[in-house]
Amino acid sequence: MSEQIVYALEVFANGLMSGVLYALVALGFVLIYKASGIFNFAQGVMALFAAMTLVGIQNGQVPFAHLINAVLGTHIHHFGWHIHSVLALIFTVGVMILLAVAIQRFVFRHLVGQEPIILFMATIGLAYFLEGFSDLMWNSEIKTLKFCVAEGTCLPQGMNMAIDEAAYNAFGTGFFIDNLDISAAIVAVMLVIALVAFSQYTKQGRAMRAVADDHQAALSVGISLNFIWILVWSVAGFVALVAGIMWGAKSGVQFSLSLIALKALPVLMLGGFTSIPGAIVGGLIIGVGEKMFEYCFGTGQCFGGIINLGGATENWFAYVLALVFLVFRPQGLFGEKIIERV
Amino acid sequence: MSTQESYVTEDGRTIGPTVMEMKNITLRFGGVKAITDISFDIREGEIRAIIGPNGAGKSSMLNVISGFYVPQEGEVWYKGKKRPPMKPYQVAEQGIARTFQNIALFEGMTVLDNVMTGRIRQMNAGLLSQAIWKGKAEKEEIANREAVEKIIDFLEIQAIRKTPVGRLPYGLKKRVELARALAAEPSILLLDEPMAGMNVEEKEDMSRFILDMNDEFGTTIALIEHDMGVVMDLSDRVVVMDYGKKIGDGTPDEVRSNQAVIDAYLGVAHD
Amino acid sequence: MFYREAGDFKTSYSKDNQTFPIKIDRVGYYLVLLVAFLVVPFMLNDYWVNAIFLPFLIYSIAAIGLNILVGYCGQVSLGTGGFMAVGAYACYKLMTTFPDINIFFHVIIAGGITGLVCVVFGLPSLRIKGFYLAVATLAAQFFLVWLFNRVPWFYNYSASGQINAPERTVFGIEVTGANTEAWATYLFCLVFVVASAWIARNLTRGMTGRKWMAIRDMDIAAEIIGVNPLKAKISAFAVSGFFVGISGALFFAVYLGAVEVGEAFGITKSFLVLFMIIIGGLGSIFGSFAGAAFLVLLPVVLKVVGVDMLGWPTDMVAHLQLVIVGGLIILFLILEPHGLAQLWRVTKQKLRLWPFPH
Repeated sequence: MSEQIVYALEVFANGLMSGVLYALVALGFVLIYKASGIFNFAQGVMALFAAMTLVGIQNGQVPFAHLINAVLGTHIHHFGWHIHSVLALIFTVGVMILLAVAIQRFVFRHLVGQEPIILFMATIGLAYFLEGFSDLMWNSEIKTLKFCVAEGTCLPQGMNMAIDEAAYNAFGTGFFIDNLDISAAIVAVMLVIALVAFSQYTKQGRAMRAVADDHQAALSVGISLNFIWILVWSVAGFVALVAGIMWGAKSGVQFSLSLIALKALPVLMLGGFTSIPGAIVGGLIIGVGEKMFEYCFGTGQCFGGIINLGGATENWFAYVLALVFLVFRPQGLFGEKIIERV
Repeated sequence: MSTQESYVTEDGRTIGPTVMEMKNITLRFGGVKAITDISFDIREGEIRAIIGPNGAGKSSMLNVISGFYVPQEGEVWYKGKKRPPMKPYQVAEQGIARTFQNIALFEGMTVLDNVMTGRIRQMNAGLLSQAIWKGKAEKEEIANREAVEKIIDFLEIQAIRKTPVGRLPYGLKKRVELARALAAEPSILLLDEPMAGMNVEEKEDMSRFILDMNDEFGTTIALIEHDMGVVMDLSDRVVVMDYGKKIGDGTPDEVRSNQAVIDAYLGVAHD
Repeated sequence: MFYREAGDFKTSYSKDNQTFPIKIDRVGYYLVLLVAFLVVPFMLNDYWVNAIFLPFLIYSIAAIGLNILVGYCGQVSLGTGGFMAVGAYACYKLMTTFPDINIFFHVIIAGGITGLVCVVFGLPSLRIKGFYLAVATLAAQFFLVWLFNRVPWFYNYSASGQINAPERTVFGIEVTGANTEAWATYLFCLVFVVASAWIARNLTRGMTGRKWMAIRDMDIAAEIIGVNPLKAKISAFAVSGFFVGISGALFFAVYLGAVEVGEAFGITKSFLVLFMIIIGGLGSIFGSFAGAAFLVLLPVVLKVVGVDMLGWPTDMVAHLQLVIVGGLIILFLILEPHGLAQLWRVTKQKLRLWPFPH
């Protein structure tokens, strides 16, 4: 194999891996949208909040330390203990459930029956609120996320962090894949299987699908909408947590993490808002597409460099692709055809 | 059929020649046939009713006329010409206005603005003129406001002129919707169940408006209605549909004595 | 009591169609204009102009533009930042290519160019609706910012990649560049603001506005009634883009003077203007002003109270601001979806009856 082809393959594989992570965030969107018709713009910030909470609990940070110090004139910052990752994970799940209850109780219970676009704008407000809130709670410094199940068995750190330069040399061909990406892919697959199993085979899952289908009908057979929505937001919170851990391990826990949510949007438009397979396929297409486009046309390494756009095309490629795609198929790849009625 | 002579009805209205003719219309949604091979005509100045049980395809028929659905087979002839495939707004530009079964008013706008929207056909000042509110735009606005005020008077909704439509009760909304359609000064006015969900008094009001419209402005009206009594009293001719097929067509008396119609609809509904 | 409308009769439809049909409103409006043009310029200093007045005026134009698109026509756009950048860069290219033409025209032409770009990105609105469209407009946001960042022609191949506003004058008085007077920049922007508000008001009370609102409230019914959806949506995008472009041009040329595109016109700008119209009031020209004023003043107030008075760290106050803005957005959507403009109307109602409760 020539060096260029190997390199192109590597770009392809990298794209596939980041696609998996996009799909992970997109999954959270799909879950909430299916069950409540809310297009949750705050999903990315939820991932950020989840990752920050995990790190904060793990490192024994005092919540709102800055605020307390500013108001009371104290100088606290850490409790001085260190909590095991798994325990911290459980606590974080608890926090995410609390968050789900709070969101349902204080925001969306008051917006029942509003137009989707109003709900969408409310989630933009929620995103801002949560972003400021997580910064206030855990401060905005960039944090390293080290997630260890036991001594020595840790989630690999991303290459961007340059901590563990661990990479897997496949087939001895000089074909490098990030170790973290492989674990992310495995986790993502497990998560999808778990979610599908949950929604297909459990009573709550069935209720969730019923609500998604028809609120009124679900109510009339005795399903508590409030409970289902809290459940859905909790599950979405959990998915956000997983995505937050993966991205956090890859590039540190910082604000840019919430921007990934913006990347998940074109994924959704491609895959359709209501389809779990759509989110996965869409994520992979976007991930591979943007990496390959950047490689070929952004930096001009294909076709003898006929087209060289000067790099950083990843900023917009996904959106433009989704836009062009939508013009031809407005309901997305797997979405149901929209029939308009008078 | 399309070269019929004008005649004068018992109550002294003149019914003119055919203005619209549907020829062998067939409409399918996937494998489901909503309308099968239906033909009928609408004559100038008459009140034409389309009746039939639920799911007979009446609303689909109206949607075909207003260009929202495009039939797979058949032709629509309008004012002596075959109508080419066109968008709903183009159909409206030709002078076909309608109301909707489930009321499709613009809830965020006032009654006045809603009715003024009906006059799109009559208002075509350029963007620039509108931007500075001078010249054509201003003149047009005032002239059309006068026309709209006449309709507002006619339908007795003066008091709610500046009220946002979202706050009105059902019966009034129906009336505002009628005003909006009437404001277009249509050649044909399509009414999709104008009396659905109304009490007896409201129905009487609405019947009066329909008759007056027809009488005073000479508006051609095609309407869908469930209330048999109302239909038989109001209309000059009736088309009866069942399962997407036409099973009867004629004056109310003819239809009433049509055995197929009695079997399919009247016999069941009114026993 | 204080606010009367009784006894104010109209005898012609043209009087009934006025922007301020009630006399007391009309008087108030002329008074505000009088103060804005003849009193404020003499009381200004650099701090007031740069911290409050210029951003308020310029964001008001942007908010009016976005409100036409979102509030009147119902097409949600998250690309405002990108479109403002178009206005800024168009203005910059015009200023440097045609230095002899008055900057006044540069700004207007920049608005026109932005209107065209906005139309191009608005074309998909014919096929896609609601938040699909909102996400699609993100394509405009990211693509445009990237374009101005990466294509050197747009920034005249300057080494820093920034654009800098050259010195330009109106009637011999400098309005851009380093040596401007506070009152001159203020008046220059004020003229644009008043003109924009006037044009926007005229359009929204006429047939064009009714077509926009019809599309917003029920697009299918609107089309059956005779609204050409293509024309209505495209005209909304064009007019909206025109105003947003003007605000972008002023933001760059008069307010900032030097611009780095990612920083000045990033996605946060899109959200900021969107928040202005949500808080101010969707579908209200007055609301655009109220929202702009509110979100311009909020950080200033927070800074004065939090940093200067209480001595809190700056970054914490910034985070607090996010929490407050996000919370307010949610609160307004829940309690008063028509924003400050509706609160103002309710207040006027109360004043009319005061001191009686009903």
